[in-house]
Amino acid sequence: MIDDVDVLIAGGGNAGVCATLSAIEHGASVLLVERGDRDSRGGNSKYTRNLRCATDLYPEEELLADLIGVTGTGLDVDLAKFTIKASRELPAWMESYGVRWQAAFRGTMHLDRTNRFFLGGGKALLNVYYRALEARRVPSLYETKVIEVANQSDGSFEVTLEHGEERTRVHAGAFVAASGGYESNYEWLGREWGEAASQFIIRGTSSNDGAILKMLLERGGQPRGNPRGFHSTAVDARSPRYDGGIATRVDSIPHGIAVNRDAKRFYDEGEMIWPKRYAVWGRLIAEQPGQIGYSLYDAKAYGNFVPPCYPPIQAPTIEALAGELGLDPKALGATVNEYNAHTTSGTFDMGKLDGLATQGLALPKSNWARPIDTPPYYAYAVRPGITFTYLGVKVDTQARVIDTRDQPLPGIFGAGEVMAGNLLTEGYLAGFGMTIGTVFGRIAGAEAAKYAARC
Amino acid sequence: MQQDVNLLAEAQRQFQICSSCRYCEGYCATFPAIESRTAFPAADVAYIANLCHDCRACFQACMYTAPHEFAVDIPSLLSKTRLQTYRERAIPATWQSLFGGANTPLAVGVAIVALAALLAAIGAGGRWGALEQAHIGPGAFYKVVPFLWMLVPAIVLSAWALAVLSDGARRLIADVVPHARPRAGDWLGALKDGMELVYMKGGGGGCYYPEAGSPSNSRRVLHVGLVAGIMFAFAATIVAAIQQDIFEQLPPYPFLSAPVLLGTLGGVLILIGSIGLLALKAKPRARELEDPAMVRLDILFLALLAIVGATGLLLLVLRATALMGPLLVLHLASVAALFLTAPYGKFMHVPLRLASLLIFRLEEAARK
Repeated sequence: MIDDVDVLIAGGGNAGVCATLSAIEHGASVLLVERGDRDSRGGNSKYTRNLRCATDLYPEEELLADLIGVTGTGLDVDLAKFTIKASRELPAWMESYGVRWQAAFRGTMHLDRTNRFFLGGGKALLNVYYRALEARRVPSLYETKVIEVANQSDGSFEVTLEHGEERTRVHAGAFVAASGGYESNYEWLGREWGEAASQFIIRGTSSNDGAILKMLLERGGQPRGNPRGFHSTAVDARSPRYDGGIATRVDSIPHGIAVNRDAKRFYDEGEMIWPKRYAVWGRLIAEQPGQIGYSLYDAKAYGNFVPPCYPPIQAPTIEALAGELGLDPKALGATVNEYNAHTTSGTFDMGKLDGLATQGLALPKSNWARPIDTPPYYAYAVRPGITFTYLGVKVDTQARVIDTRDQPLPGIFGAGEVMAGNLLTEGYLAGFGMTIGTVFGRIAGAEAAKYAARC
Repeated sequence: MQQDVNLLAEAQRQFQICSSCRYCEGYCATFPAIESRTAFPAADVAYIANLCHDCRACFQACMYTAPHEFAVDIPSLLSKTRLQTYRERAIPATWQSLFGGANTPLAVGVAIVALAALLAAIGAGGRWGALEQAHIGPGAFYKVVPFLWMLVPAIVLSAWALAVLSDGARRLIADVVPHARPRAGDWLGALKDGMELVYMKGGGGGCYYPEAGSPSNSRRVLHVGLVAGIMFAFAATIVAAIQQDIFEQLPPYPFLSAPVLLGTLGGVLILIGSIGLLALKAKPRARELEDPAMVRLDILFLALLAIVGATGLLLLVLRATALMGPLLVLHLASVAALFLTAPYGKFMHVPLRLASLLIFRLEEAARK
């Protein structure tokens, strides 16, 4: 049994394994503590597929502008610039551990210049990193939880771990929190969102209960990011409570209309284009009665988008479709008729903002507004699918957790979702979460190794 | 047939999940073929299953494997489906049941029948004595087994095997792309993809067979070697036929002659390839994601190839001794068993995979 290490890392997702490898590079002995087992390890990182980094073709200024474009001005700009600069080194570092990239991306997302896709996605990426850890004989404790991190007089820590019923104590020179947000903690979500939270679907792991985030905040860690904010997207209402990942995402909304439980439209379905459209609908549905929405489209749109893993609900008429969905057939018929009556003729092109807008509707659809008139008619019932929460703790460029007096908490470092709120305050920039995790994982591992060597 | 309906429905369910995820599309041709479809009729499922080279990279990458409620397991699903497609292509259809549990005794039976037939031929010719003595010089083999007794069964068996196997490929192509008119270049491309096993590379990261935890290229290297060995052995036969029928030189040929050199190279490669692949198959994790009946087909096919290779090489080494006669009979009987079982065993994967690689090339060309 290990009872003394230089660096203890809580969380075996991307940030945690990068911190582990980095701490090893800096000569530290490391213990990685992961809540999942061998199959489920890796937290939310196994649901990712790419990271975004600056290159000669994608300058740092452009990446920063893209980031501010989605997240607004609430971010720590200096830290963002620092992160983006560091992102240039990531591909070579990752490749040195055997990470491979998908050669040519076939799909519909035009991200080749800005993003690199892991061959096989996030779980395959983690497998590569875990193989590197095994080759270096780094101990990983699976199905283990950090219960307590107690300060010692010399600046080190006594960390209490729980594995099943069994509790053990490990002495650690430094502590790295790479433990994610609180998105899978329904009790916490309920404190922020009330009853509505019970209808949310968690797209990722069930183990991000925010226990370590809470501990960091209680130790005086300075909160960053909207405490009730989360990134979410529309997911099929049939999705599992946790771990639905990418396959449950419903992309059909811009191809038709979206209505709520009262069969009323509630937002301009043609407003958004990639990447924002994936981020906005989860939140919108969370605000609808019953936290449910319905994406409707007709035979013209069938097969034109990546479908979720569930078949659509299908009917020969709008009224019959309403019946299948449990909506008022008259009300849905009226909504579709009103929408259809205000569509105009013009050139439809899903590949761009085509300007094919409704005319004279109080709530317009400003692009791709074709009438819904070709049977069979299709629908997906959709719910908010939460990807991650924004709340985190402030860190500096050494990944040190900063307290409310702007002083570092000695020996405590943060990486990944637990500090992403410094850089993402709302919205999401595809692939940037993995950039944050990799950049700060590397820094946290290196700085924790240095701190442990000092004490 | 209830089970088959369930298998198709399960394939459709899992493909729909793959189609909505798409993380595996960099691994091979299987996932792009899935993604380009909105529906999965039985013929398309058969095609997709035979595109799969069982590298299992997708399984280690999949976030939806059990205990996830989606329980995605593409390697097992496609292994079962491939077995099903081999069965469906057996002629006559009543022989479909040969694929499955009982084929090991079947092959042994076939080999015994072939052996008995050869011995009967020898006995009928009053040549029992020929089995026991050493023969050397031109025509030595034919003193044991008359030339016609070798030639006629070889032609009949190989023609039958070729007919059934090529019909399997033809039917798959007709079912999936009925209006396609593949040109020679398409076939050559498919043959190249098949010989190189480009889709067994896991997109460059290696094959997760036999060990789930550490990708390697061992299966691909052994398989390429085995195929090369079979082709060298085939070439040796052709060259020998030319030497015998055109230049009227009867075998056995000298050690440094073209047929013997080609045959030796072929035999060595077949022996290394088949025993190597059997050794990989012996690892328990290799068999985890495979249908047990498919495992039996694999072992049977590889074991037969190993016996053909081993008896051929022994025959070469011991051809001047009294063991030549028995070894010749054994070698010929094992070759006969290989040909007889070819359309009803793992050999069916060759035409179906080539057909699927061809279809994929045609579809890719149509997309561009």
